[in-house]
Amino acid sequence: MKAVKFLAVVLFTCIVLAAPALAKDTIKIGAILAVTGPASFLGAPEAKTLEMMVEEINKKGGIKGKQIELIIKDSGANPEKALSFAKQLIEEDKVLAIIGPSTTGETMKIKSVAEEAKAILLSCAAAEVIVNPVAKYVFKTPQMDKYAVIKIFEQMKKMNLSKAGVLSSNTGFGKAGKEQIEKLAAEYGIQIVASEVYDKAATDLTAEVTKVKAAGADAIINWSIEPAQAIVIKNARQLDFKGPIFQSHGFGNIKYVEAAGEAAEGVIFPAGRLLIADSLPKNNPQKAVLTKYKKDYESKFKEDVSTFGGHAYDAMLILTKAIEKAGSTDKEAVRDAIENLKGVVGTAGIFNFSAQDHNGLDINAFEMLTVKKGKFVILSTPTKKEGAAKKK
Amino acid sequence: MNIELLSQYLVAGITYGTIYAIVAIGFNIIYNATGIINFAQGEFVMLGGMIAVSLHTVMPLPAAILAAVVATMIIGALIEVIFIRWLDNASVLRMIIITIGISIFIREAALHIWGEGVRALPYFTGTAVTVFSIGDVHISPQVLWVTGVSAIIVVLLNFFFDYTLLGRQMRACSANRDAAQLCGISAKNMVTLSFVLSAGIGALAGCVVSPITYVQYDSGTGLAIKGFTVAILGGLGNSTAAIAAGLLLGIIESFSISILPSAFKDVVSISILLLILFIRPSGIFGSVEASRLKEF
Repeated sequence: MKAVKFLAVVLFTCIVLAAPALAKDTIKIGAILAVTGPASFLGAPEAKTLEMMVEEINKKGGIKGKQIELIIKDSGANPEKALSFAKQLIEEDKVLAIIGPSTTGETMKIKSVAEEAKAILLSCAAAEVIVNPVAKYVFKTPQMDKYAVIKIFEQMKKMNLSKAGVLSSNTGFGKAGKEQIEKLAAEYGIQIVASEVYDKAATDLTAEVTKVKAAGADAIINWSIEPAQAIVIKNARQLDFKGPIFQSHGFGNIKYVEAAGEAAEGVIFPAGRLLIADSLPKNNPQKAVLTKYKKDYESKFKEDVSTFGGHAYDAMLILTKAIEKAGSTDKEAVRDAIENLKGVVGTAGIFNFSAQDHNGLDINAFEMLTVKKGKFVILSTPTKKEGAAKKK
Repeated sequence: MNIELLSQYLVAGITYGTIYAIVAIGFNIIYNATGIINFAQGEFVMLGGMIAVSLHTVMPLPAAILAAVVATMIIGALIEVIFIRWLDNASVLRMIIITIGISIFIREAALHIWGEGVRALPYFTGTAVTVFSIGDVHISPQVLWVTGVSAIIVVLLNFFFDYTLLGRQMRACSANRDAAQLCGISAKNMVTLSFVLSAGIGALAGCVVSPITYVQYDSGTGLAIKGFTVAILGGLGNSTAAIAAGLLLGIIESFSISILPSAFKDVVSISILLLILFIRPSGIFGSVEASRLKEF
């Protein structure tokens, strides 16, 4: 009995002593993603993307000879869970950096925790509040809502439209978009004739669209990430709404186009260039990155690539570049390296970080897209005429 | 507000209402046979839609719907046989908790099978943008499909429960399980049958509403909440009342949007539900005396 106990103690000591030695050879990266739950359309492709990238990096010998150890935690889009996972990753797993969370609500919940623990956080969520005001250790990869709104307003002006009917869902994403729209409208000479918030689980929005239409809107702007965004366009067309329909960058998932069918034709929305990677001109600096990611992802997982997975791709890319640049896995050195990264070509755009800008993307990261015959295509500079033709 | 706008809100309300109602009917059948609320009802709706969408890729629409309904019925039967049948004198509360567990289980299984993507069956008539227009009032043919199917289901169910031996046996089990068993009715078989029936109706509902609402692994929950509200509002167990209550709730919601911000839509509908529960716990159309005899 004593011998057994002794052996157990020896074994235990060995493991304890060996653990840090083993850990030294790997770079631990945590990820908090909404793999399941209501935001799974964000988290699932993000998790798959990270797994795919880490596998590839490790196969090539890792970063600077060190293998990456990826720890993915599924938060189910629950901010409380995200918070406890963040603490776990920082305190127990002692990760170098955390990629995610997928949603704004979760990111805001853990922003201060990451900041206090001096843990690098590369959020995959959209809202501007994540990096404004700037927190020293918090970065984000998706484009800013603000620029998406400006893109839409500029487009409306080009098409001589000035009365917008705004619809948004009651989620963090919808709310952030609505705020930006209302804040920026006056500056661009856009009048908001109606603004309706609907439930994220809405099954039919005929009444909401009726209200917006009755208010005299000549364009509808919808801001949501749920299936409701496909329902909106369908209901609007059923109600014979003739003006153009604008969607947020959350529309960048071909599934919604499939679901809305014919009604989705002519919808205009700003998005990263991933969705139209194949039709980009050859000289576009993002072309190579985008086509590679799209091909790798689609051949590995047999599903369409979405811009959301791209946000995780960018986060991982930025992190690896920063580790290479820093030449070490010291947290402070890597953080400083991220802040000084310039011209990193990612899926969302070209990242130029600075001490003031922890997103690194400008308005050019967005391209205006539209739906033609069930496919995403670049919106050709529309004249007023074309805008009118689209109404049919 | 002019008459055309008014009619358009009415049409929107009817659309909401019929969706709620067709989901509510499923709740009533299991309640009629067992006195329990099956919280996995929304998942039957989701399963019906999902299976039909998957099958539609290899077979024509009517066959896909039929197969989806049958498949969901089998799942309903399996669930009852595996989780409920062997329980002796299970309390209502225990059975309800089991159904909640089943709903979570089905949802997670669906997530693994179909992923998180949103799907939809094509419109039965025309396309997503086809509408019947009367003046400036537009109505999608799919809304008529949902209304029509709900009406047919209710007529058939009423006939089944009132005039067939099997239907009356089911009602007897609900009214008094012991007495029914003394009369030689197998209560257990009746419960299985009620799961099969409500799974089938749920699946059919899932198929007809899916072009409008779309279907996703977790879309059952949202539909079930509204369906449940409507079932209570009308009076549990009464499918005709469910349709009336569904339409009522849908129209109230739709008109609430016309005057209030639409964010208050659910506030209005839940307030009405609470009001009904306080004033008439048996539902608008339910019998007060009958509900006193029920366990739940």
